[in-house]
Amino acid sequence: MEDQKMKLHCGFIFSNWTAMFGLHEKSLDFELVFVDWVAGEARTKTFLSNLNPFGQVPVLEDGDLKLFESKAITRYLAEQYKDVGTDLLPNDAKERAIVSMWMEIDTNQFLPLASTLIRELVTKPYQGLATDFTSVQENKEKLSEVLNIYEARLGESCYLAGESFTLADLHHLPPIHYMLKMEEEGVKDLIYSRPNVTAWVEKMQSRPAWLKTVIKGDHIFELMKQHRMPMQLDSPCQEMTGLAQKTAMVTENT
Amino acid sequence: MAGIKVFGNATSPSTRRVLLALHEKNLDFELVNIDLKDGEHKKEPFLSRNPFGKVPAFEDGDLKLFESRAITQYIAHRYESQGTNLLPADSKNPAHYAIMAIGMEVEAHQFDPVASKLVWEQVIKNFVGLTTDQAVVAEEEAKLVKVLDVYEARLKEFKYLAGETFTLTDLHHIPVVQYLLGTPTKKLFTERPRVNEWVAEVTKRPASQKILK
Repeated sequence: MEDQKMKLHCGFIFSNWTAMFGLHEKSLDFELVFVDWVAGEARTKTFLSNLNPFGQVPVLEDGDLKLFESKAITRYLAEQYKDVGTDLLPNDAKERAIVSMWMEIDTNQFLPLASTLIRELVTKPYQGLATDFTSVQENKEKLSEVLNIYEARLGESCYLAGESFTLADLHHLPPIHYMLKMEEEGVKDLIYSRPNVTAWVEKMQSRPAWLKTVIKGDHIFELMKQHRMPMQLDSPCQEMTGLAQKTAMVTENT
Repeated sequence: MAGIKVFGNATSPSTRRVLLALHEKNLDFELVNIDLKDGEHKKEPFLSRNPFGKVPAFEDGDLKLFESRAITQYIAHRYESQGTNLLPADSKNPAHYAIMAIGMEVEAHQFDPVASKLVWEQVIKNFVGLTTDQAVVAEEEAKLVKVLDVYEARLKEFKYLAGETFTLTDLHHIPVVQYLLGTPTKKLFTERPRVNEWVAEVTKRPASQKILK
């Protein structure tokens, strides 16, 4: 039966890449709906009441189900579509607990630091705001300590939760990808000075699903550059359905 | 009986999250005290249990875990048929599980960072003899208001955050909510009728009372 395709409401932020990466690993078709959150499109009344009351992307629609929070999205895909594409979660309760643990480590130890670097060095410059270099330095130092632990872990097994690629690894690649593009001194080195971490990143970067994700991600960035309007960034609740209609692009997944 | 051990501190919200799950499931366990004031969590042998130096760490037979929300999820699944069900009623349905998962992510990303800062400013700083920074409290309360407004709308539709039954989503909030009830921030809960009812419901549970002792 040909059901309605899944829709991914997607914008310029690495968590969107994570959702796309999950969809591609599962070889799932989806329609990409571009949301320019930087321009406030995720804070319209329509978005807040229909998609995500916290005004953030990504949001996945699968039939009547609407999901937000990238880790809830990828876990859903891993379970609902277990028999399709890559198996992203083990069946055994204890093995699954280790995957959950590394996803929590991502959320609580790695991502707060990496996302601050991304915000300071990528998002703020794009918005014309000033980078806080003290914050950058602090976060680089803390991230170095965290990555020492990853380096030790990846000396014990190929992937974070064991010998197979799982959701735990998947979630790390998009922010690392952004980090590796930064020109700021020492950021790339956080990865490349650690051989086990580097090997892990390079293995993941060669996955076909990742390559598709990069193409889509770069396309989203292009869409954003084409559709940015000179508008106030401080009027988040202005009704912008007209603008959303004009700028939302629907792209078929190939 | 396989030995369940928790390595943590009975006053720490993260440790309490795990203790709540164990009490809800009526599971026997040993709490091995880690002296946070003494920095025991930043030294061996604790660091071998959690190299990130944070409580709690956990053991169930040969399984060793850390990160409170991974531990509670493990307990909820592994002991699903025992004690309170902490998963959605139809836990094998990925769509239902996903709704609970959203709530757990919202707690971790939207609620906890803000609520924990408020606990730090108003509870922990006082305890160690430092002064509360009221400007920070005001700033963080403004953020918490936005989250609680979403919860208020949600709880008008459902009895609990993930649906009609108590789940991990609700449980994860309890330790920090309990601390905030002892601060002026409590008013943000009492001002919202459904949030207020939910707070009363979840904090009066026997397991919630046990962790305060």
